[in-house]
Order: sequence, then structure tokens, then C-alpha cells
Amino acid sequence: MAEETNAATGGAADAARGAADAAQGPGMPQLDFSTYANQIFWLLVTLVVLYFVLSRIALPRIAAILAERKGTITNDLAAAEDLKAKAAEAEEAYNKALADARAEAHKIIADAKAEIQADLDEATEKADAEIAAKAAESEKRIEEIRASAMESVKEVARDTAQEVVSALGFKADEKAVTDAVDKRLKG
Amino acid sequence: MEFHPMDQFIVTPLFGDGPVGMFTITNVTLWMALTVIAVVALLVLGTSKRATVPGHMQSVAELAYGFVYKMVEDVAGKDGVKFFPYIMTLFLFIVFANFLGLVPTAFTVTSHIAVTGVLALMVFLTVTVLGFVKNGAKFLELFWVSSAPLALRPVLAVIELISYFVRPVSHSVRLMGNMMAGHAVMKVFAGFSQVAVIAPVSILAVTAMYGLEVLVAFIQAYVFTILTCVYLKDALHPSH
Repeated sequence: MAEETNAATGGAADAARGAADAAQGPGMPQLDFSTYANQIFWLLVTLVVLYFVLSRIALPRIAAILAERKGTITNDLAAAEDLKAKAAEAEEAYNKALADARAEAHKIIADAKAEIQADLDEATEKADAEIAAKAAESEKRIEEIRASAMESVKEVARDTAQEVVSALGFKADEKAVTDAVDKRLKG
Repeated sequence: MEFHPMDQFIVTPLFGDGPVGMFTITNVTLWMALTVIAVVALLVLGTSKRATVPGHMQSVAELAYGFVYKMVEDVAGKDGVKFFPYIMTLFLFIVFANFLGLVPTAFTVTSHIAVTGVLALMVFLTVTVLGFVKNGAKFLELFWVSSAPLALRPVLAVIELISYFVRPVSHSVRLMGNMMAGHAVMKVFAGFSQVAVIAPVSILAVTAMYGLEVLVAFIQAYVFTILTCVYLKDALHPSH
């Protein structure tokens, strides 16, 4: 059959084809047992090569990649959870600081108010005292003026009385006049 | 231009045209090598950056890994996970061979019963040996349906036994038949396209078939893999 095929050239190709077909019986190359050894041999070679490539290199590598990815994702999730907790903590701290600051501010305001009140009270007291002193002084002055005025009135009255007595032709007794004037003024 | 729809499945030497011996480098060798290269490109080169945030290639590689891993875990159980590399090898080989077979003028290695038969037999033998090693004689409980009435059990045992031994046949022929039929049908429609009158219809049909075959390429790889997982589960936990 091989000789026949080899002998077939050019225009005899159809004849060769016919010979090949004849050699393969009913036209199913799958049933040509003469090629089985060849196919099985190469199949086994292929499977062994594939098996070694897969089991030694490819599959462990992919398994490692997948495991690593799983680890990374787990770690990232844990880190995210951690950061979330930290954020909550920070918020709490912030709120606490805010509350503290508010309390502090209230305290400062209260202190300032108290201080101002104290200053104000002191100033008011001082002013009151000053006013009282001034009023007392004024009163004293008024008293003095009143006293001096009374003295002047006494003097004028005495002089006038003496003059009136002497004008009437009497010898005016100075002492008696003074007593009479004093008596009258008191009365 | 004359061609036969089954010509695409002929195993031919890549260099010269002598007889196909056991170690001859043939189109089978070429397309299996391309399968290996595709798998290496996706799963080894695609993941070489080991990025925590994956790129396109790495995403697909991780997706394939997760897809098969979950399948093994869900179907075969936790103790099936140690067979994950074997099942991943099977799945990737089949899915890439199927997809590469869809490249125009490609040779589809999974359309050959010699290939799928070996794959299925390997699964069958592994699972059977594993079943006996793991469970001893208890593995035979797989054939003794304890939930059925006692009188029916021998009959069911015979049926179960037959179905057990038919597994590798259905397992392999399903894959090979799907791949062969789809590719052959596409070639038949392609042949029709040489006739001017029906060419538009036949080209449309080839296009539609191609879309369907893309689907089938993945589904058959998936079916082969999940059945492997089911058989593995039977071996690990034989009681019904």
C-alpha cells in the first residue's frame, strides 16, 4: 500500500486516494488499527508532559495565587475593621474634647462674670464712700457758712441795737445789749 | 476539488509519507504538541506574573482552575481533591484538543477512538483499582442495590455490572462520536458549497455548525470530566 501511494504522482493523485481509501476499509480513519500504536504513544507522552507541567508548576502556582489573594482580602477586611474602630474612637475623643472645651468656656465665662461683678461692687462701694465723704464735707461747709452767717447777724443786730439805743439818747450798756440780742436770737 | 468528509481524520506522517509506525511524528504528534503548548501558555505563562489583581490570561487560568477544582470537590467529595491534578490534566487536554480541532484544516485528536478510548480506559482502570484498594470487597456493594427489594437485587446486580463495564465504552464513544460527527458534518456542508445554487445555504449551515461545535467542544470536555468525577466518587464511596 505504501509502495502504491509512493508510486502515485501528479494526475494519479486520485488513484492514490482510492488506494488509501481502500486500505482504510469502510472510510473511517478511526478504525485504521495500524495508526493506533502511534496515537496511543503520543497520547501517553502528551498526558505525562501535561501532568508534570500541571502538577509541578501550574497548579501549585495558581493555588498559591488564590491563597495569597484570599489572605490579602482577609487582611484588608481586618485592617478596614481596625480603621473603622479607630475612626469611632477618634470621633468619641473629638466629642469628649468638644464637651470639655464647652465646659471650660462656661467656667471661664462664669469666672469672668464673677470677677467683673467683684470689680463693679468694689468700684460702686468706693464711689459710694467718696460720694458720702463729699456730701459730709459739703454739709460741714454749709454748717460753717450758716454759723458764720448767724455770727454776722448777731453782730449786725448788736451794733444796730447799740446804735438805736444811743440814738435814743441812752447810754448803751454793751453787755446788756449783747445779752438781749442773744436772748432774742435764741428765742 | 474533490475531498471526502472523513479525510480530515486520516493520520499521516508529518515528514515524508512512509508508513505510520509507533514513534512516527504524525499530525497526531503536531496537534497534541500544540495542545500542550496552549495549556502551558495559558496556565504557566499566563500566571507567570502571579498578580494579586489578575490580568486577562491569569483570570482565565484561575477560572479554569476554580471550575475543575469545584467540580471535583462537589462531585467526588473532599477526599477526591487529591486526584484534582489528574482530572485537571484530562479536562485541559480534552478542552484544548477540541478547540484546536476547530481551527480550519486542523486535525482533531479527540475525534479518534484510539485517543478517547485510552483516556476512558485509564479512568476506568484507575477507578476500579482505587475502588478495591480503598474499600476492599465492600466495593462490590456498588453492584448490590441495598435499597431495592431482596428479590430484585440479583437482577439489578447483573444490570449494574453490565453498566459498569459499559462505562468506558460510552465514556469514550460519546466524546469521539461528538467530535467526529460535528467535524464530518461541517465538511459535508463545505462540500456542498462548491455547488453555486446551494452555496449560500451551505455556508450558512457551516457557520451555524461551527458555532454549535464550539459549544460541543466545551460541553463534551465538561461531560467527560464530570463523568470522571462521578466514577471517582463511586470508587471512594461505593455504597448507594
